[in-house]
Amino acid sequence: MIDKLILYLSFPYVRYAIIVAVLIALCSSLLGVTLVLKRYSYIGDGLSHVAFGALAIATVLNYTNRMVIVLPLTIISAILLLRKGQNTKVKGDAAIAMISVGALAFGYLIMNLFPSSANVSGDVCSTLFGSTSLLTLSANEVFISGVLAIVVVGIFILFYNKIFAITFDENFANAVGTNVGFYNLLIATVIAIIIVLAMNLVGSLLMSALVIFPALSAMSIFKSFKRVIIFAAISSVIGALTGLLVSILVGTPVGSTIVAVDVVMFFVCYVIGKVKG
Amino acid sequence: MALISANNLTIGYDGHPVLSNLNFEINAGDYFCIVGENGSGKTTLMKTILGLQQPISGAIEFGEGLAKNQIGYLPQQTDVQRDFPASVYEIVLSGCQNALGKKFFYSKEQKALALSNIKKMGIEHLKDRCYRELSGGQQQRVLLARALCATQRALLLDEPVAGLDPNVTAEMYELIKQLNDDGLTIIMISHDIQNVQGYANRIYDVAEEV
Repeated sequence: MIDKLILYLSFPYVRYAIIVAVLIALCSSLLGVTLVLKRYSYIGDGLSHVAFGALAIATVLNYTNRMVIVLPLTIISAILLLRKGQNTKVKGDAAIAMISVGALAFGYLIMNLFPSSANVSGDVCSTLFGSTSLLTLSANEVFISGVLAIVVVGIFILFYNKIFAITFDENFANAVGTNVGFYNLLIATVIAIIIVLAMNLVGSLLMSALVIFPALSAMSIFKSFKRVIIFAAISSVIGALTGLLVSILVGTPVGSTIVAVDVVMFFVCYVIGKVKG
Repeated sequence: MALISANNLTIGYDGHPVLSNLNFEINAGDYFCIVGENGSGKTTLMKTILGLQQPISGAIEFGEGLAKNQIGYLPQQTDVQRDFPASVYEIVLSGCQNALGKKFFYSKEQKALALSNIKKMGIEHLKDRCYRELSGGQQQRVLLARALCATQRALLLDEPVAGLDPNVTAEMYELIKQLNDDGLTIIMISHDIQNVQGYANRIYDVAEEV
């Protein structure tokens, strides 16, 4: 077992995969708490479908760097969805369902109409569930993911106090002169970046699990915002590492293994939280 | 010059007026109570005073050098807050966010201010407790301490005793009265006319204006 692990770790692409997995897990957990508390969990899910649609377009256009298309489209959708969430006239959940299902359908349609490779269903499956794509990342993609992840963590630390204030009470923040519109825009942008990053790791269908489970695990045990955030980050990194190593050793799909570990950790935390009271 | 004055103010949502032609002046040191039935537009009036929404016509003017963001605000609680995982200290400290300006992190003075307001509200023993575990009255004290971090001059309270039992309600009124005696201008929204009559020096009934 150990020998096998050492052998695998001697390949640079496996090491890349691990570095990227840790970074992505770290930043996806940070804003998860804000999303869950603001009742925005489903926005993450909707956006990942948008990212799938965007990825389909990028694949068909044969872009070598698909992020160029996927990232801006996802950011725009994130901003639109968060705006809708504030407008009580348009039902937020209906808007999310509309955009996410629409993007999913068009993405699949485009990939079938203009197949870029012989194995369309294989392409679709790996975009939806992540499958082995993490191990096929190029050094360039690892670099971009790394930079984006560091940017996300940096933004989160710098704006931690404002993000907390807005998550807890948007009206109060607004009343005392905090530029709530700007910070919501910032949060939407960061969420979009996280989703595009996390899609590499677990695929678009499983991506919201990466955002939600660490946050829920932490919230069931800890009682201060700072501790919740820190524990969510730790548990997310542990989940990603464990899932990745298991998937390498046993040969299970990367994305679903990581999410399965996250789910198990959530139940453990939930029970601990109940016992502690 | 009054601290806050409304001149021919008409307020409402999406161009539909809820209250029209309001005229009032709030002076420094007042305990000014806005009363009216539920749905009479009290909360809309308060949001307009805070600048959270624009008046349909007329204007709210601030005098004596009071800036819009120098008003402390005690909002009604939302569902999100009732099960929010945050400590009392974290929430009170967030009241200093307007003093943060372009800085990212709170200064020592701001942290000290948060602690002194926690003491002032008599919730020092709850400092590290989780907000969602507190009783309704304790939660209101936390939010009041937070509002105090945001202001030295005027405090706007939206139904501060909603959902509290009679004993806690009386305590809350005493606490607010004490803040008023310390020099803070109090603007309170309430439908509890009987109780506030004993405390407020001016009562403004929105229903009489329509």
